[in-house]
Amino acid sequence: MLQILDTEGKLVKGQKAPNLSDDELKDIYRWMLRLRVYDALSIKLNRQGRLGFYAPLGGQEACQIGSMAALRKTDWLFPSYRDLGASLYHGWSIKDTYLWSRGQINGMKIPDDVNLFPPQIIIASQCIHAAGAGWKFNLKNEDHVAITFFGDGATSQGDFHEGLNFAAVYNAPVIFFNQNNGYAISVPLHKQTKSETIAQKALAYGMKGIRIDGNDILAVYKAVSEAAERARNGEGPTLIEAVTYRLGPHSMSGDDPTRYRPKSEEEEWKEGKDPVTRFRLYLESKNLWTEEWENEIEKEMKDEISVAIKEVQKAPIGEVEEIMEYVYEEMPVELKKQHAEVLSWKGAK
Amino acid sequence: MAVMTMIQAITDAMRVEMERDENIIVLGEDVGVNGGVFRATDGLQEKFGENRVFDTPLAESGIVGTAVTMAALGMRPIAEIQFGGFVYECMDQIATQAGRLRFRTGGRFQVPLVVRTPYGGGAKTPEMHSDSFEAYFLHTPGVKVVVPSNPYDAKGLLISAIRDNDPVIFYENMPLYRSVKQEVPEDAYTVPIGKANVVKEGTDVTVIAYGNMVRLSQDAIAAVEKERGVNIELIDLRTISPLDMDTIFESVDKTGRVVVVHEAVRTGGVGAEIIARINEEKILKLEAPCVRVTAPDTPYPPTLVEDKWLPSKGRIAAGIKKVLDF
Repeated sequence: MLQILDTEGKLVKGQKAPNLSDDELKDIYRWMLRLRVYDALSIKLNRQGRLGFYAPLGGQEACQIGSMAALRKTDWLFPSYRDLGASLYHGWSIKDTYLWSRGQINGMKIPDDVNLFPPQIIIASQCIHAAGAGWKFNLKNEDHVAITFFGDGATSQGDFHEGLNFAAVYNAPVIFFNQNNGYAISVPLHKQTKSETIAQKALAYGMKGIRIDGNDILAVYKAVSEAAERARNGEGPTLIEAVTYRLGPHSMSGDDPTRYRPKSEEEEWKEGKDPVTRFRLYLESKNLWTEEWENEIEKEMKDEISVAIKEVQKAPIGEVEEIMEYVYEEMPVELKKQHAEVLSWKGAK
Repeated sequence: MAVMTMIQAITDAMRVEMERDENIIVLGEDVGVNGGVFRATDGLQEKFGENRVFDTPLAESGIVGTAVTMAALGMRPIAEIQFGGFVYECMDQIATQAGRLRFRTGGRFQVPLVVRTPYGGGAKTPEMHSDSFEAYFLHTPGVKVVVPSNPYDAKGLLISAIRDNDPVIFYENMPLYRSVKQEVPEDAYTVPIGKANVVKEGTDVTVIAYGNMVRLSQDAIAAVEKERGVNIELIDLRTISPLDMDTIFESVDKTGRVVVVHEAVRTGGVGAEIIARINEEKILKLEAPCVRVTAPDTPYPPTLVEDKWLPSKGRIAAGIKKVLDF
């Protein structure tokens, strides 16, 4: 397992830190902290009834930021619903993620200049989509990479297999980023697969596979940088297994992790292996971190979230007749008829 | 004009469109070197090369799913699912992904994808090949469904499907592939999606059919007309989704008697939807309850049973007489 920073934020013997400037290191930390705040506040807003569906990402910040920091804005991201952190880093707005979470219209109307697909709900379906994107980049000689995120449970799906197989066969520039957080909702990995690791599955597809410490952001950055370089050099896809941990519940819909994992395990990951703390310790050792700076970042993110949630609460929730416009390029006759019918519901009790 | 079978017309549609637009690609199982198990893509790889026509891995979800993103990112893929009975394998990619991407993203992405697939009984295929699953896609918002009944329509409809900016499921009836020849223009032309064809005008009964059932209905109609001295109208739907109800309603206004024929099983089928809509709009024009002539509600039968299971000329004729005699 590739690890560059140990749990105390020190360089592992024999490992070299990736070539990142102080400003770049600081920006990566800033984003990790932004996600930490986003996660905590989104959970709170959900509990207050101000947000809808939310899949906590706390504990997986290194996976989502380290990977996207190693890519270009022109690269394409195919996230699952837990990857709002990667999506935010890639250019989606807090406001849009909240519109989506709440189930308001236009939540997934991703701006044209953000190379992002809407969060995938069907587990592993996005593996095939990333393969298709990479295949297209090859056909059109486009210098992009497609990255997709999925959990350990997704690796049991047929679409995981089909996605990896297609990408390998077409030598597509794709990074399959597996966030192995140990549980698919409640089912532990050992009930999911007999394979010792997820990374080893890459071998069967004829692609490069690597297992990394997903809570070590420098390892994530390095693995994704190398995978992207290979992809752009025409060396095809990579499967990255990032070993990490979801500190919160699966979602905010009543999931209680104490039913399926010991509290001690949670504590161990929270106290000893936390990705944000680890990277902070590293920055501290390089004199790149101060408490004032940390407070500043936190305050800035809290303010942004507070503005975003107020905006979405004031934004239109959407009307049935509006959503009818996006089913086809042109509304078929029957839908037009139903559109008129929907308008006639207005004012009806 | 050239005389073509339906399968030649289908190949020709892809050929002329691929010449026009280099973003059109063909992908599927055995569609390259082999030209497809029915030869629908015969010669296309030779002409357009291995970067336009792809023999993919044997995985329907992978075929349609990769085509979804390629379409969303600017390509115009034509995916072949080797047999209609295999479509469940890619149901998520068609219904949840292709059919919803425009909707989910408020129009940011569109999916100009064609999924071609052979279907229909009578070809003596192994089990699980011949099923008529079109009603699932009639029930699926965001996709269109097209079923040609002859070579001319097949080429024109397929070109329309390729140019359409929404996903289109293009059903090709297997027994029709080589059984009918027709004059077909060699250049590109379109037959509009969503427009039914009145094959034969009439005043006493409206028979609504599609695919191979059009030809069978013609035979049944001729027999009943001769026997009863009546005049029967035949509508070839050509598009299952969106249904051309205007043409059907116009016909019902004239005849007041309706028979819907399909080889798919009866319950929840295309006939049910058409009759429901007739009831909603034209109940007072009806002279008799609408009748469905369909296969019974069983899985597709073993080969030697299929001819007895599928609608026949006799069963269609009996359905027509039932609405006449009510």
